Amino acid sequence: MNTSAIRELFPILHQEVNGHPLVYLDSSATSQKPVSVIEALKTYYEFDNANVHRGVHTLGSRATDAYEGARAKLARFIGAKSEKEIVFTRGTTTAINLVASSYARSVCGEGDEIVITPMEHHSNLIPWQQAAKATGATLKYIPLQPDGSIAIADVEKTITSRTKMVAVAYVSNVLGVINPVKEMAAIAHKHGAKILLDGAQSTPHMKVNVQELDCDFYALSGHKMCGPTGIGALYGKKALLEQMEPVEFGGEMIDHVDLYESTWKELPWKFEGGTPIIAGAVGLGAAIDFLNDIGMDEIDKHDRKLAAYAVERLQAIEDVTIYGPLQNRTGLVTFNVGDVHPHDVATVLDAEGSRCGPATIAASRSCAG
Amino acid sequence: MQLDDLYRRVIMDHYKNPRNRGQFGEGESVAIDLNNPTCGDRITLQMKVKDGKVEAAKFVGEGCSISMSSASMMTDAVKGKTLDEALQMAENFSGLMKGEHPEFEYEDIEALSGVSKFPARIKCATLAWNALRKGIDQAKGQGEA
Repeated sequence: MNTSAIRELFPILHQEVNGHPLVYLDSSATSQKPVSVIEALKTYYEFDNANVHRGVHTLGSRATDAYEGARAKLARFIGAKSEKEIVFTRGTTTAINLVASSYARSVCGEGDEIVITPMEHHSNLIPWQQAAKATGATLKYIPLQPDGSIAIADVEKTITSRTKMVAVAYVSNVLGVINPVKEMAAIAHKHGAKILLDGAQSTPHMKVNVQELDCDFYALSGHKMCGPTGIGALYGKKALLEQMEPVEFGGEMIDHVDLYESTWKELPWKFEGGTPIIAGAVGLGAAIDFLNDIGMDEIDKHDRKLAAYAVERLQAIEDVTIYGPLQNRTGLVTFNVGDVHPHDVATVLDAEGSRCGPATIAASRSCAG
Repeated sequence: MQLDDLYRRVIMDHYKNPRNRGQFGEGESVAIDLNNPTCGDRITLQMKVKDGKVEAAKFVGEGCSISMSSASMMTDAVKGKTLDEALQMAENFSGLMKGEHPEFEYEDIEALSGVSKFPARIKCATLAWNALRKGIDQAKGQGEA
């Protein structure tokens, strides 16, 4: 991989911070954008901007083609069966909330169980807390091994015939660990439960195939995979999305409107009330092209090489504690330096020109934010 | 922007050897809990207030060098001050964080002036002072009641 040529494609990296060339280490919070994504947004606004799915004019068709073209690209990128299974959302959080507010509330009742893990990001925790409260279901946690990984035996023990929903990160934003989600999906399905994968940290760094994983739902964010902020998506198996009620109502999502009753459009549009995030989707399409040009297998390989290097060098420093398993992890490495507060470490690194994620570093101490 | 401006010796001294760390017995004081959800910093501030004066203040908490040293200095500085004097000090501290140069009788506080050049860290330094403001409000409320 020609990393210096790729680095050249990111305009934001062509600057100095505090007198040092910028090294950006906070991609797990949000990634930087290559020039092709920035250009795609600019071109869309300069030449094609119009509302979608209705204009009988040229720009309207162009905008619709661009928006739906991005959906088809994303469907191929994550291995969905059809683009009808891709709902555009504001990001991973909105995608998970859609499932928690619609699907989970329709299938969960008193005594049922929703199963998650202690390593979940707040976006894959709070929606389930709320769904459990609203339905009387019990929220259960699969315990973690001392190194932060998930043991299949614990998954087997935690998921029962009362479990209706399992939600877990494919890759943890706290520990960088890649979870055994395919095995977890099989166990969930054995008990008749559905599984949602939080794909915010996995989609940018490895080849994802939702059909191979056999997950029921998959949530992702555009801004973590070189795309713009404000766009993300929910993948759902067609049969499940079809049985789900929308949670947002208004224009763009209706089929037929009467004074007292209305009907919804077919998939995926019934979940996309209001003018959608058109430019965001176009930008996400450009980001997918960018990642595909490099190749997800190449990115995965490079990531693991970097992670192994980072772990090796950090281990050589006295007083540095690394969190999470040393194997089977992505390029996200969480550590503490002795008893120095992570905020102080991040400030020192920032003064040297590297943008580090204090939230991610702090996560090892207090939260999964 | 120099790191030395941020991590002055006096700040590190308050961080390593915090003054007034601990808690009073229950019911003896006004108590305020504050946290900073973005970084997980937490402080519980207790103040003994009598006749409109802060007799003593103590804190417990968890956080970075800036937030904890600031709490250490603040609890020392307000000792013996009237509530209004303490509030004025909190105002002056806000000024310090904006790059102004107010004078403090408790001079150690001025070492925190460097924080104003690190916008991401201002909320660390102000956590204890925001707790102080809430404590003053609470004490004044109790005085009126």
